[in-house]
Amino acid sequence: MTIVPMPIAVLKTLTFVLCLLPLGWYGWNAWHDMLGANPIEAVTRGLGTWTLNLLLITLAVTPLRKLTGWHAAMRLRRMLGLFAFFYAVLHLTTYLWFDQFFDWQEIARDILKRPFITVGMAAFVLLIPLALTSNNRAIRRLGGRRWQALHRGVYAIAILAVLHYSWLVKADQSQPLLYGGILAGLLGIRVWWREQERREQLAGKYSPQPKSRIIPLIPR
Amino acid sequence: MDAHLPLPSEITPPELYARRREFLQTAIGVGLAAVVPAPALAAADAPTPLRHVTGYNNFYEFGTDKEDPARYAQRLITRPWQVRIEGLVKKPVTLDIDDILKLAPLEERIYRLRCVEGWSMVIPWLGYSLDTLLRRIEPLGSAKYVEFVSAVQPETMPGVRSRVLDWPYVEGLRLDEARHPLALLVLGLYGETLPKQNGAPLRIAIPWKYGFKSAKSIVAIRFVEHEPRSSWMKANPREYGFYSNVNPEVDHPRWSQASERRIGEFFKRKTLMFNGYGEQVASLYAAMDLRKHF
Repeated sequence: MTIVPMPIAVLKTLTFVLCLLPLGWYGWNAWHDMLGANPIEAVTRGLGTWTLNLLLITLAVTPLRKLTGWHAAMRLRRMLGLFAFFYAVLHLTTYLWFDQFFDWQEIARDILKRPFITVGMAAFVLLIPLALTSNNRAIRRLGGRRWQALHRGVYAIAILAVLHYSWLVKADQSQPLLYGGILAGLLGIRVWWREQERREQLAGKYSPQPKSRIIPLIPR
Repeated sequence: MDAHLPLPSEITPPELYARRREFLQTAIGVGLAAVVPAPALAAADAPTPLRHVTGYNNFYEFGTDKEDPARYAQRLITRPWQVRIEGLVKKPVTLDIDDILKLAPLEERIYRLRCVEGWSMVIPWLGYSLDTLLRRIEPLGSAKYVEFVSAVQPETMPGVRSRVLDWPYVEGLRLDEARHPLALLVLGLYGETLPKQNGAPLRIAIPWKYGFKSAKSIVAIRFVEHEPRSSWMKANPREYGFYSNVNPEVDHPRWSQASERRIGEFFKRKTLMFNGYGEQVASLYAAMDLRKHF
């Protein structure tokens, strides 16, 4: 049996639709009053969970490519990252609107006084420049190296996002720990790879022409 | 002669609760307000629909999700059920639930319930003042507090396998708080036997305190000298104090307590001091700094 590689357009369309499914699910259930006794909390939580899910999925793209050699995954990374931002915007909006009803004074107090909101808001603010530079023009303007340095900020953002979840929970840390564990794995594997690379360089194995396929930052 | 005594459920079918407000409004209209007790009139406190009262619960013995108690509590074994009255009392006794049920006529009391998480409900409880039971117990002079111990049934409670809290669940009240007429020993709600997810077969309802103070599925009432350390105080002493009176001015470190979302409502409402029962209970805390004794 041979696996027919999917054309990138099909893959992208599929990803796009899949990423919209959680929103559709909450929308449909909200419309039919099936979100339980506290629907606003259910929606806020759900959108937060999917922001976190998509952040981790985005961070899994590079390890997935390296481990499986499935290079096409790289072409989905931008869309996944932007969907993480999309859900973050919706998550924040539900808080600003349905929790605080745009009471800016109360919101400011929350950001200053509640550590879980402080880190959540920090994570969101840090996501904005990444979302704004998730296009080819920004990569060309910034240059690949600077662009990459900026986008490594997503590691810190993901840590803040998991902290945001952990500090919000009253007693049962099992879910935040699960997310923390997955994130630790995704970041740990990068540290390990980097360390391997460094050792190889020190051992003189470094060759100016790397054998692995170069993935162009600007997809054609 | 017909000796049939109507059950509470026969007197007030759940559909009629929804019309209570109409009645109150009419009562106000014709100037009968004076005969209706004041707390019942405070704001529009329509009882929360039964499906939410029994479907959205914090009962960590069955899991930490709000839906877990409704999902898993049905296995809870509530008969036979005994309650030990122990500690600093002249004569410790063990009471059977069936005797507790017959101890006094059940009254219906519609109380607001404010959860520390920022949501609230209005629940028509069935029970009698906790004091009715406590009055029959002769405590020693050294008894200053009452501790409530909840059941641990590892075979029916999936939540107690995890160490989320220190089991058994323990809560406590100062003796004068426990004897306050508003402190209710609960044996039912909405005119029916207490549903398992709400703390069957008996629990307490302390309406001026955050919900977690109202221990569920009680197996022991213990008179003690020193302020008990509740399960939540052990889990996080910085966030959960012994008194835990509803207080919009004292924030939980992780969220504001100034407002709440009444289950079933879209907009939030302002949280009232002592959950709106200040007139009745404020005197219990007259000389206390409630910021310190949160």
